Amino acid sequence: MTALTPDFTPGPLAESGAVSVSLLAPTGRFSLRARATDMPVLSKAVGVDLPAKIGARANIGTVEILCLGPDEWHVLVAETDAPRLVERCASVYADAPHSLTDISDREVSVRIEGPEAAELLTLGCPRDLDRIAEGEGRRTLMDGATVVLWRDGKDSFRLDMWRSFAPHVVALLETGCAELAAEQSGLANRRP
Amino acid sequence: MLLVHCPYCEETLPELEFAYAGEAHIARPAEPSAMSDEEWRDYLFIRSNARGPHFERWRHLHGCGRFFNAVRDTVTDRFLITYKAGEPRPDLSSLKEAAE
Ligand SMILES: [Zn+2]
Repeated sequence: MTALTPDFTPGPLAESGAVSVSLLAPTGRFSLRARATDMPVLSKAVGVDLPAKIGARANIGTVEILCLGPDEWHVLVAETDAPRLVERCASVYADAPHSLTDISDREVSVRIEGPEAAELLTLGCPRDLDRIAEGEGRRTLMDGATVVLWRDGKDSFRLDMWRSFAPHVVALLETGCAELAAEQSGLANRRP
Repeated sequence: MLLVHCPYCEETLPELEFAYAGEAHIARPAEPSAMSDEEWRDYLFIRSNARGPHFERWRHLHGCGRFFNAVRDTVTDRFLITYKAGEPRPDLSSLKEAAE
């Protein structure tokens, strides 16, 4: 049933010709919560200006930040740079009280890419994807599971999900890929 | 499906991302121990159960995560307005006029 190997080995998961789904390598992930008034101090510590608009992103080096809510940011960072991020945020804690929680092990990510990428996502995502611009991201739903969706390009998305939901979401994406592949090969037309 | 405007995201989004959270503007009594059983019961359980415009809480659960308030007509299921938590209760007559 589960499409993921027990050790979550990165690599291709499903492919339809017009869209491919692949599991991404592990990365450092953090949930940052802070008051908007403390953003300047934290931006300096992190080394990236925290985006203030929900859905907006910013990145410098290996640090990538998405604003999820008025006081919440999703921070990705290379695993090797994660300790430095933790240290730098801790150093400004007295000036800018915040919560920086390591959620690296909580989530896995897949990349969904190809001309039918958005079409595949509509299988479980109620959002109008045309309203998420390239270079933005949102927290939303994928067939009942909360996910963070990053739009890297017109036809390129990343989906972060809790690892316990990943088998369900990935199985759905696999089914979708199979359906799209069948449509392409004309099999869909032959269905009764 | 209902479309709900989140006052924090400033976007109108599918209902699936939201969770209903009961009637709005019900403040927890400052001194529960000073209340009679009847008063405490009323605070806990008695709601207006409005037919028509209803002040209610929603949460953008699968989104920005914020609680906010809304006025929804329970007859038509139409949202008259949504507004941030902590903002005062909007004037109902002007909302109704605007909706007509
Ligand atoms: Zn929102």
